[in-house]
Amino acid sequence: MATAHIVEGGFADPVFASQSVFRAVMDAMARPGSVLPIDAGISPPAPLNAAAAAVALTLADGDTPVWLEAEMAKNEAVAGWLAFHTGAPLAQMPSDAVFAIASNPAHLPPLTGFALGTQEYPDRSTTVILQMASLSDGPVLRLSGPGIRTTNSIAPRPLPGHFEMQWQAINDLYPRGLDLVLAAPDAIACLPRTTRIGNGEA
Amino acid sequence: MTLETEIEDGLASYNFAYLDEQTKRMIRRAILKGIAIPGYQVPFASREMPMPYGWGTGGVQVTASIIGPDDTLKVIDQGADDTTNAVSIRAFFAKVADVETTTRTGEATIIQTRHRIPEEKLTEGQILVYQVPIPEPLRFLEPRETETRKMHALAEYGLMHVKLYEDIARNGHIATTYAYPVKVEGRYVMDPSPTPKFDNPKMHMSDALQLFGAGREKRIYAVPPHTNVVSLDFEDYPFEIQTFEEPCALCGAHGVYLDEVILDDRGGRMFVCSDTDFCEERRAEGHRGHLSGEAMEAAE
Ligand SMILES: [Zn+2]
Repeated sequence: MATAHIVEGGFADPVFASQSVFRAVMDAMARPGSVLPIDAGISPPAPLNAAAAAVALTLADGDTPVWLEAEMAKNEAVAGWLAFHTGAPLAQMPSDAVFAIASNPAHLPPLTGFALGTQEYPDRSTTVILQMASLSDGPVLRLSGPGIRTTNSIAPRPLPGHFEMQWQAINDLYPRGLDLVLAAPDAIACLPRTTRIGNGEA
Repeated sequence: MTLETEIEDGLASYNFAYLDEQTKRMIRRAILKGIAIPGYQVPFASREMPMPYGWGTGGVQVTASIIGPDDTLKVIDQGADDTTNAVSIRAFFAKVADVETTTRTGEATIIQTRHRIPEEKLTEGQILVYQVPIPEPLRFLEPRETETRKMHALAEYGLMHVKLYEDIARNGHIATTYAYPVKVEGRYVMDPSPTPKFDNPKMHMSDALQLFGAGREKRIYAVPPHTNVVSLDFEDYPFEIQTFEEPCALCGAHGVYLDEVILDDRGGRMFVCSDTDFCEERRAEGHRGHLSGEAMEAAE
């Protein structure tokens, strides 16, 4: 029974599903705040949502340690399902993670605790996948930066505590930093490290 | 067994878009990092491709990692769709990814290019993939990778300005006409690949996503849409693009990049659009240049 939960529910056609999920992620990363639908037809064990799972299956593998927020890490079905479908090892520390997944952003450690890259290799950083209940009915964030013609806005919830302050701290580290994938069950939006939140200029 | 069936059989065992899934994931991760850090060169583990370096293996790997069955691919070499290089790459993807191909800029979702950015304004949702031979703009000033990496880390670009200024001292103007360095979003100095500097302004605030792949040098970098791309210059020597005195001899277009074409061995020559699709579409619309009749005959 437990094994079936782990083996089932992945991509029916991994080659084409991961290509189409990747294009959504790429588009979302290139146009911060744009909401892209994710319909990969997968059914991961709760509390992992389908969009977050699809992104993980598309990008994670044996070369990319994945850190799971406590609630997910202690859920054997989630950890087993991800391990089976991606082959990714679990990262012990947020700072060791290439990807991090959190189902409860309120319990996320400080963003600056993840891998932030180095000045020489700013790409050696964590991509944090935050599961969202909604991308449209939370508090409105006004966005600007590369990928955005003038401004864009998004209203995700629930966000980690003091999010705007935390994000400002990430902006200040540029080119070091990290990138966020906000994953509602059926859609994603991205905030790369270059995106500024609020009306102030960086 | 014919050559064609041999190729068919060989490719039948390849994955969609030729690359294996693990390689695609690795390249896709690098592309996302490139987009998140515009102009920064992300290292990646470049794979052998069934074509030699210099044929755009970096661009081919990027295209192979993003392309899907719904895409329409255009490939240009200089501005032309019909060179051996462009035709081969287009045929390769038609075979291994079973995608539609086109020569029309407006119809393409992905445009792989060597040397040119199409004259037709690219639109939201289009992706321009550059084949890059030498991704490091500081390489000719500093051969050591550890040193150039440090310069990028510290945004220490004084040497580049010195080199451009020496150009001015020697020539009275900045003589660099290809691969003219740009600064992306006020941070990274980037090599726009060997495009003529004429095309540099098209990179600035483009509606399209721009991806760069260097196969031999194992680097991927990117410029997201709506991103600042500024050609390096000096207050007293502002950046200028090439200008052409005559319009295209075939379609009469002004303000486009022209190639010189030798017509005969008596010194006859004409200047025509380097972007062949742009030129053809204009002629189809009825535009004529001063040599269009003659040129047609010469071509026959
Ligand atoms: Zn023309």
